[in-house]
Amino acid sequence: MDGLRELYQQVILDHNKNPRNFSRPASTNRTGEGYNPLCGDHYTLYAEVNGDVVTDIGFQGSGCAISKASASVMSSTLKGKTKADFETLFRAFQEMVKGEPGAGSGIAEMGKLAAFEGVSEHPSRIKCATLAWHTLNSMLQGQPDVVSTE
Amino acid sequence: MTTTTELHEPVTSYDVGRVKNDFPILRQMIHGKPLVYLDNAATTQKPQAVIDAITQYYTRDNSNVHRGVHTLSERATAGYEGAREKVRAFINARSIREIVFVRGCTEGINLIAQSYGEKNIRAGDEILISAIEHHSNIVPWQMLCEKTGAILRVVPVSDDGELLMEEYEKLLNDRTKLVAVVHISNALGTINPVAEMISLAHKRGIPVLVDGAQAAPHLAIDVQALDADFYVFSGHKVFAPTGIGVLYGKEALLEAMPPWQGGGDMILSVSFEKTTYNALPFKFEAGTPNIEGVIGLGAALDYVSAVGVDNIRQYEHELLEYATVRLNEFPQVRMIGTAREKASVASFVIEGIHPHDIGTIVDQEGVAIRTGHHCAQPLMMRYNIPATARASLAMYNTREDIDALVRAIGRVLEVFG
Repeated sequence: MDGLRELYQQVILDHNKNPRNFSRPASTNRTGEGYNPLCGDHYTLYAEVNGDVVTDIGFQGSGCAISKASASVMSSTLKGKTKADFETLFRAFQEMVKGEPGAGSGIAEMGKLAAFEGVSEHPSRIKCATLAWHTLNSMLQGQPDVVSTE
Repeated sequence: MTTTTELHEPVTSYDVGRVKNDFPILRQMIHGKPLVYLDNAATTQKPQAVIDAITQYYTRDNSNVHRGVHTLSERATAGYEGAREKVRAFINARSIREIVFVRGCTEGINLIAQSYGEKNIRAGDEILISAIEHHSNIVPWQMLCEKTGAILRVVPVSDDGELLMEEYEKLLNDRTKLVAVVHISNALGTINPVAEMISLAHKRGIPVLVDGAQAAPHLAIDVQALDADFYVFSGHKVFAPTGIGVLYGKEALLEAMPPWQGGGDMILSVSFEKTTYNALPFKFEAGTPNIEGVIGLGAALDYVSAVGVDNIRQYEHELLEYATVRLNEFPQVRMIGTAREKASVASFVIEGIHPHDIGTIVDQEGVAIRTGHHCAQPLMMRYNIPATARASLAMYNTREDIDALVRAIGRVLEVFG
């Protein structure tokens, strides 16, 4: 039972049930698609990027609780942050869900992202937790391809 | 080679406890709970008799088959060819010449597509499959169509998961050169009326391939009664090892087909000017085969026959009914696949909860089910769902296993409540 509560933390259940930024923002200049065909997790991400700052993020689509909550928490965490902030958090988030020791320590902004720490105990679900992140990364780098983490 | 497989007494009233006890892997805890294995449509567990047969082969008889004159080679050959006879009897083929060992169903279908298909199918011809096929009975035909210019046609399916037979009849026409259809759907559990489908196709002289991957562990197969032209199944779904499967083909059809892979064992003589191919079934078995797999398959079929295919079918039918009733107790659960004739599979979705979350949570309760599209993406599109959760039964599952699944689904609803 402990393993279950560690994976499905309240933050994840809440963001799955009531995803934040779950719409297309009024103004966007980047769009990306994340699709894991084996799972069926499928999202479209939108971002408004001004210079170095990600001023707005939204997403639409469907998938499992882990993938949806991850996209939701990511969007609320990163709104207003710089591309450099994204890169730092992306690295820390990946290290955390892969269970690398000391991952994310000392990064104040981890906040709610820490709710995904339990994913490291479920290797088959890492791809769910990282789908939105890889999609946003690809958008920020200007790569138009559909992103998959499978 | 002598066999150590101990035959069971025929069971009159089905003794599931005794069957379950023959599968050592089932005696373990997962996350502190007894393992409940309900992913049998993906692969089945192996009885001790199969494990013992393979151990004995490697501790006593291991050698290459067919060519050696020494004792071990003779034992290995006897074991290998003895298993071919067991397969023949299991599916009631006329002759062992009609039993070709392949890696599995997928390889069997690819062999037919490439050998039979490339010889007999031309541009404008039609290949007819159904809407509930596994990818393994879709993609080889798409590849053949791409090569030859043939056209793939698809028999549609009802909301319950039954093929629309009137549509099937309408789709059969003078351009149809082959029908390839699944016996039991892996995603829905539907048992297709293959005997009727074959009879309708034969009225037009069209040969039929039946994909029996899910049928072999659940019902008696009689290729002569069905009048199937080709029938394929995989060992690992019928309690044998992975990497071994069977292609049955009517002798006249196999005889007329060109070899598929070239190499040793499939030839009678080789010179640089001319090679003479071996007789059936060896023409289609190039290279050293999967000997341990074949011996394991023989032991598995002995085991299934000893328990009794009809006993298994009746027992599983009752168990599936029980599972269906219990799952339907949850108003949030919707069954996918409600055909009148079903075997082994309870596929379902829960409103608002993705199947992968269901799978992860029930695993924490020790229950192994499959979640995903079950290699049947066109079928998932037909029902407008990305995936399902699927509990699939085998002869060793009990009502207690179903109760454990039901409790685990209760946990899912609690977590996501």
